[in-house]
Amino acid sequence: MMAAQIDAADVETKELNDRLRELLLSGAKRVSIRNVCGQRYIGTRLYTPQGLRMDIEVFGTAGNDLAAFLYGHRIAVHGNAQDGVGNTMDAGEVVVRGRAGDVLGFSMRGGEIYVRDGCGYRAALHMKEYQGKRPVLVIGGRSQDFLGEYMAGGVVIVLDLAGERHDAHFIGTGMHGGVIYLRGSVEQSQVGDQVEISPVDEADRAVLAEYVTRFMERFPETEMTKEEILASGFVRLTPRSRRPYGNLYAY
Amino acid sequence: MEFWIIMPRIRRRRRELYNKEICACSIFGAMNRDGDRFTGEGVMKAIANMHVRGNGLGGGFAAYGIYPEHRDCYAFHLMFTGPSLQAKQAAKRELEAFLSRRFDVFFDEEIPTDEAVPVKDPPLVWRYFVLPRIDPVSEESEGDYIVRSIMEVNAKIENAYVFSSGKNMGCFKGVGYPEEIGEYFMLDRTYRAHTWTVHGRFPTNTQAWWGGAHPFSLLDTTIVHNGEISSYGTNRWYLEMYGYACTLQTDTEVIAYAADLLMRRQRLPIEVVAKILAPPIWNAIDRMPERERRLFTTLRMVYGPLLMNGPFAVIIGQTGRMIGLTDRIRLRPLTAATNGEMFYISSEEASIRLISPHLDRVWTPNGGEPVVGELYSMRKDQL
Repeated sequence: MMAAQIDAADVETKELNDRLRELLLSGAKRVSIRNVCGQRYIGTRLYTPQGLRMDIEVFGTAGNDLAAFLYGHRIAVHGNAQDGVGNTMDAGEVVVRGRAGDVLGFSMRGGEIYVRDGCGYRAALHMKEYQGKRPVLVIGGRSQDFLGEYMAGGVVIVLDLAGERHDAHFIGTGMHGGVIYLRGSVEQSQVGDQVEISPVDEADRAVLAEYVTRFMERFPETEMTKEEILASGFVRLTPRSRRPYGNLYAY
Repeated sequence: MEFWIIMPRIRRRRRELYNKEICACSIFGAMNRDGDRFTGEGVMKAIANMHVRGNGLGGGFAAYGIYPEHRDCYAFHLMFTGPSLQAKQAAKRELEAFLSRRFDVFFDEEIPTDEAVPVKDPPLVWRYFVLPRIDPVSEESEGDYIVRSIMEVNAKIENAYVFSSGKNMGCFKGVGYPEEIGEYFMLDRTYRAHTWTVHGRFPTNTQAWWGGAHPFSLLDTTIVHNGEISSYGTNRWYLEMYGYACTLQTDTEVIAYAADLLMRRQRLPIEVVAKILAPPIWNAIDRMPERERRLFTTLRMVYGPLLMNGPFAVIIGQTGRMIGLTDRIRLRPLTAATNGEMFYISSEEASIRLISPHLDRVWTPNGGEPVVGELYSMRKDQL
């Protein structure tokens, strides 16, 4: 298996992504990038008609729009990520061994994102699903406000592993599809008007078990055990209506 | 007033890699809370790391603690614009005549610049260390006297703008990328400050000119801003009633004047000022306990015209303080971090990590909630 290294110190965004594309086309299966410091769009320009796949390890602070439009690759970040991780991501996997910024999973339409710590505002903004494509976003910490705003599909799980309680507001504002699971609980005043808070059932527990297992495989350093997490109370947030604004402009 | 647009596209880096403008302002601030002073080299590196957020039409710095030898005087930084050297010098003569009527000038000089740095059409930039000559029977405060004088200069003396006026601090700004402006004013080798703030990109929705670059300041309050104040008209109208003339042709100016009105003149604490500029929405107020509900309702009623609508992330600098604040639903990014005595605020975490790879704590403050760094101990020679 061909592996490669890139030193990103003083390398511009475009150069770095050019280099990644060259490596993919030349058959590299693993690339590790050191000294990343804010370079954007890492992993974005890696579409090939034949569906080549690559594992990318990022050391440092990944810049905005990491894994935007990601086409089936795996990216692991050893450090924090900034805004727009997985923007319109199509397939593949992103693992952030740290925290993520705002608009995490924005317009995501497939693949999986695992964030060890918390994230900023507007995670899963307009996340969507279609037929076999169902994006999944798992956050080990907490999210800030507007989680799942205008969410149209997919699964979001917020584990709050430190047990700090969810203090975000405007959760699911404009939500009309998909599902959000929160470990712990949340007040009705913290969620959008069109969001229904309900207890999880057996089918939900199966979904949680699947993705918590995958989260734990990626972050074995987690203090809680999988069993402890899964034994916790969860709530499910779903939209009351698939077309909340269906009558907005109808008289 | 000349209105030909200057659009410099000179890139700092030799290789032209970006054809697309990926714009968004960049803001950065660094404070040594022990009061130890450091050069502008680090903040220049940090802001250059967000080069793609800018567009080369504006950059500027505020630096606190840079004039200890003149710490008792107000340091006025003046910009003399105009199409020719004669026009600039005419503005300077008129300004100096005005100053001599109102102030004692202890020392003045041209602000040194590195002429090798290719900036476009720089104005004549001069600094004056002054004390006000206030009529002893006048009831006007020193601050009000100075603010009134600055407004008069900026509104009435053609081609002359006071763009910095605090004690032991100064702003440096112009048209270009911030790292170029930093090199032009030699901030990496000429000045040492305990607090630096910096901004990249241009004045919102207006043509780029040297006076329109950030920071915007009044006395020792400076503002660097990412975003757009869509309530500018209302804010401006309200501030004009208190004697603030908005002359710099862009929105951010109103935040500096609002901060002066609320914090210096009305002595409100930053926690309250934050709730005036970025108040909680009404249904959040409705859920508050009675006392808080009354307070926030009152603030919204009394200070409605100072609500800053539209997206913003700002860094407010003041003597001994650096404050980060975003709009109430955080439509612009802001990351805060600490490493020992160092306190950082930035549009992007990577810029902080570039100059301080290890951080004790890094977080994104909630919208509308100020994050405040203060000097633990300000050494006497720097006050």
